[in-house]
Amino acid sequence: MKLLHRRDLVCREAVELVTDYLEGTLSARAQRRFEAHLAGCPHCTEYLAQMRETISLTGRLEPEDLTPQMRDEFTDLYRRWQSEQQ
Amino acid sequence: MDSDSELLLRLRSGDERAFVSLVERYHEPMLRLAASFVPNRAVAEEVVQDTWLAVLRGLENFEGRSSLKTWLFRILVNRARSTGSKEQRSVPVADPEPAVDPSRFGGDGGWADPPEHWIEAAERRMEAGKLADRVRGCLGELPARQREVVLLRDLEGMSSEEVCAVLALTEGNQRVLLHRGRSRLRQLFEDEFREVR
Repeated sequence: MKLLHRRDLVCREAVELVTDYLEGTLSARAQRRFEAHLAGCPHCTEYLAQMRETISLTGRLEPEDLTPQMRDEFTDLYRRWQSEQQ
Repeated sequence: MDSDSELLLRLRSGDERAFVSLVERYHEPMLRLAASFVPNRAVAEEVVQDTWLAVLRGLENFEGRSSLKTWLFRILVNRARSTGSKEQRSVPVADPEPAVDPSRFGGDGGWADPPEHWIEAAERRMEAGKLADRVRGCLGELPARQREVVLLRDLEGMSSEEVCAVLALTEGNQRVLLHRGRSRLRQLFEDEFREVR
């Protein structure tokens, strides 16, 4: 008979838990199970590092500056709106 | 740089430079988000223009119950949604979409084709200033609903609660979309940056 409780996570399952892990939404028990898997699995450890890097790369995109022409357009928009107010 | 709440104060006292600063801060992020709701860039620009006007008109009634940023993005999303969608938006979240191509795992569920290394290569290209366009390109390849969540969470730094409010999502669906979006993006980065062997 198959032992149902305390079965170890397999990699295919571990990668599905990464977001919940990073969000801090795993139960304490699920978190321990996930971390126990990582401790014995360099590939999933690398995978988690890559998910963190993915988040970090996205977060480092800079908004492109407004062109001077756009600045003028928005200043005009503001002035038009203000004159509507009066 | 002024905080949003300082800008809001200045804006309410009729300071036009405060408005331009606000546009400077949020125009591009709003365009990026709008683009995932509407058919093309031109329509996205129209939606964002409309949003700015709506923001000016609504300023008086903004009560500050949510952050200024959440309020701006909600106006945007409402407008973008009513302008029309470029794809079927009711993509069921319940459809399974594995984080990693199942063929990369063996019968025992362990990695058969493990993640290839790419972090160092990406960092080197980042330092050389050659990365931003590729990151933008990869984001553009995500399905719209996943991209919206990833942009707001990971680029705009919004909390999950804020994203749920802006996009009218449940907490659970927000997390599923975030998970799929980030997982897909990781795969795109792996394909893009892995060390050539």
